[in-house]
Amino acid sequence: MPAPARSVAVPAVSPRLLATALLTVGLLLTLAYLVAFDQGAVSRSGMFLHELMHDGRHLLGVPCH
Amino acid sequence: MRTFGNLVVRGLLVGLFAGLLAGAFAYVTGEPHIDAAIAIEEAGGAAHTHGDSHDTSTEAAPADEEEPLVSRSGQRAGLFLATALYGVALGGIFAVGFTLLRRRLRTTNDSYAALGLAAAGFVGIVLVPFLKYPPNPPAVGDPETITKRTVSYLLTLVIGLLAIWAGVAASRWAARFGEAPWIRLGVGGAALLATVVAAYLVLPAINEVPGSFPATLLWQFRFASLGTQAVLWTLIGFGYAALVDRRVPSKSESEVVAA
Repeated sequence: MPAPARSVAVPAVSPRLLATALLTVGLLLTLAYLVAFDQGAVSRSGMFLHELMHDGRHLLGVPCH
Repeated sequence: MRTFGNLVVRGLLVGLFAGLLAGAFAYVTGEPHIDAAIAIEEAGGAAHTHGDSHDTSTEAAPADEEEPLVSRSGQRAGLFLATALYGVALGGIFAVGFTLLRRRLRTTNDSYAALGLAAAGFVGIVLVPFLKYPPNPPAVGDPETITKRTVSYLLTLVIGLLAIWAGVAASRWAARFGEAPWIRLGVGGAALLATVVAAYLVLPAINEVPGSFPATLLWQFRFASLGTQAVLWTLIGFGYAALVDRRVPSKSESEVVAA
């Protein structure tokens, strides 16, 4: 028996998949925004998130005040 | 075949794991430099009005400064929260990118595809912004320019990804001129570099580090930051490569299952 070919592991890109993918990326970018770019001026969280994740922000290479 | 959800959940898990370990790396290599930078800031006096949140102790703070919103020990714990959440976000986005781009990558091996994508992500999202705008420790930046610096940083990030795309497109175009790898690698690399250099020349220069700030400390911090992101991307790449690998059951195993 020949070894099974290594087929690609992903589903074909359909409009529905693309929409789900964009929604997912949007949600994850919001999360990344809260970690890395929330300055308290734009969002409603005040400075708390900014200060809490302050060291991580600096060490992840994101600009900070 | 794996479903979209399955592929993304793997990315989120790998990202969480990578983020926590990157946090540990950052804690060990970065925190001492952050503390040193804050000590320099505090020794400099109250010139920096944004320094109130950086105080390590209330007794050393002048009476007119407010209680910090998050204590230094809270910020040290927050480091792990930040890298973990950032890792989850990156891992998920990486998995979505893998799903959408997998069929365009010219390899039959899913693991190689994941590793190649992670390498491209590291160069585009980390290295290109780092070389133009190397990160600074606390107490260095000018708070007035935060918006300008954030926009410039995001621009370098987008340009980094564009440069990767340009490199790949150019190397595929060059493949028609010959089989030799140096043709594709050379042309692809040249297109990537040309994009990055052109962008560097156009983007504004930002040099805010005070002359009095120790250069050694500055670069120790910067390398700790680069290392943190290298750990994050390496683990995302290898972790996802391991999880997405379709393990072909060997003959003996299928016999065991059948028995």
